[in-house]
Amino acid sequence: MAYSQALIERFRNPKNVGEIADANGIGRVGNASCGDIMEIYLKIENNIVVDAKFKTFGCASAIASSDVACDLIRGRTVEDALKLTNDEIVKELDGLPAQKIHCSILASEAIALAVEYYRNGGKMPTEDKMV
Amino acid sequence: MKVYLDHAATTYVDEDVLQAMMPYFVDTFGNASSQHQYGQASLNAVDRAREQVAAAICARPSEIYFTSGGTEADNWAIKGIAHAYQHKGKHLITTVVEHHAVLHPMEQLEKEGFEVTYLPVHADGRVDLEALKKAIRPDTILISVMFANNEIGTIQPIAEIGKIAKEHKIFFHTDAVQAMGACPIDVKELGIDLLSMSAHKFYGPKGVGALYIRTGVKPQKLITGGAQERTMRGGTLNTPGIVGMGEALSKAVRDMEKNNEHIRALRDYFVAEVLKCIPDVVVNGGMEHRLPNNANISFKFIEGESILLSLDMDGIAASSGSACSSGSLDPSHVLLATGLPVEYAHGSIRFTFGKSTTKEAVDYTLECLKNTIEKLRAWSPLYADHIRR
Ligand SMILES: Cc1ncc(COP(=O)(O)O)c(C=O)c1O
Ligand SMILES: [Zn+2]
Repeated sequence: MAYSQALIERFRNPKNVGEIADANGIGRVGNASCGDIMEIYLKIENNIVVDAKFKTFGCASAIASSDVACDLIRGRTVEDALKLTNDEIVKELDGLPAQKIHCSILASEAIALAVEYYRNGGKMPTEDKMV
Repeated sequence: MKVYLDHAATTYVDEDVLQAMMPYFVDTFGNASSQHQYGQASLNAVDRAREQVAAAICARPSEIYFTSGGTEADNWAIKGIAHAYQHKGKHLITTVVEHHAVLHPMEQLEKEGFEVTYLPVHADGRVDLEALKKAIRPDTILISVMFANNEIGTIQPIAEIGKIAKEHKIFFHTDAVQAMGACPIDVKELGIDLLSMSAHKFYGPKGVGALYIRTGVKPQKLITGGAQERTMRGGTLNTPGIVGMGEALSKAVRDMEKNNEHIRALRDYFVAEVLKCIPDVVVNGGMEHRLPNNANISFKFIEGESILLSLDMDGIAASSGSACSSGSLDPSHVLLATGLPVEYAHGSIRFTFGKSTTKEAVDYTLECLKNTIEKLRAWSPLYADHIRR
């Protein structure tokens, strides 16, 4: 498993791990088959993501991807946050081993769910994406 | 501090073993098949190693065939027996907890039209002997059950299986790769017809192993080419490797009791401390019939690969059957076979101790492990759910 130095550093010292007590956007996605479950917490003010945090059950790639995703969307408008792509995350990590790409895809899915929660006025989206 | 707790993956080469091997790289480099003095000197060394390996399992030297390792020995035994005896039947029996070096040849044979029964195991990892008896059919030609499991260390009831196989006149192969040097083995007493081993698991070099084939048993050849190994396995003999294997195995058998005692004491201490200090853990596999060097522990709410990487950053090397790192999506087939729930299986780590592991190293590992588990749980949404509940 050749992990990049960037990924190792993220995994060693994640900056955004934790919950936001007054989060108004929460999204959890999971992939039980791989063993990665990710929860994203957003604080949205005036349509801007002013803070983002995460909790993740999963491999180092999943944890590092979550951490990077939070950095990437902080300060973005909600619309731009939704545009976060997996490629941006992978680039920020200096690449991921091929079999690990799927672990990084969860982050954008979790953000989409968190925004849906926000737009629903603080209710969990009805569709349960946990599998 | 650097701590290596992955001896089931491979061991370093013992200093005495290395010294024994050294002359066979430059000074005595001849091809053991050559007629001249160079060749004969190598052949003498190979013969001596063959005697050492045979003595370690109470076999005759003529029953030992050197291979490139455990994987080749397993492939040879299974495909060789299947192909040579298919006129007697096309049914094979093995277990769900075998190494892939056994499972994949079995799957290959299934594609060729053989039928394979995969026996279940109990929660402790041991095979169900009643299920074995029921699985036997008139067309069964081979039973292959590993001596000891590589993931959870479970030692199988080999003598009982050998007896059942003999009663039904079925060949019995055992993958003893993890058992060599840890379990006393007498192939005659245990009723073993074929046995696989690999030098790099008992402080010998990598890339060399052996298959024991009882006199009279005639598997088809796997590697054809030269007339080496009494025409049964082609290829120039790996003299330094074979010499290293002989030396390593005789030393491992000589020191077995002493090493086991040391290793078992550290393992038992480690397991007891983990159970005492870390909540929500499961020790996988039974403790009674178990290799002394193996501790396999599941940590709930967190995932194995992240535990492994975190320990690695502290200088500690262990192993995980993590789905995510192995490239397959499923957690360990062995752990699931013991009935461990998937959520536990994802967070499993194997620690395997060695003869030079120290108490200090174990204490350091325990300290780092506690911190790692605490840290990763604090990051886990599943642990947060658990705390809120
Ligand atoms: C039980 C078992 N069988 C077979 C093998 C394969 O042996 P080798 O690495 O020598 O091919 C291993 C080693 O990983 C093993 O643990
Ligand atoms: Zn993953």
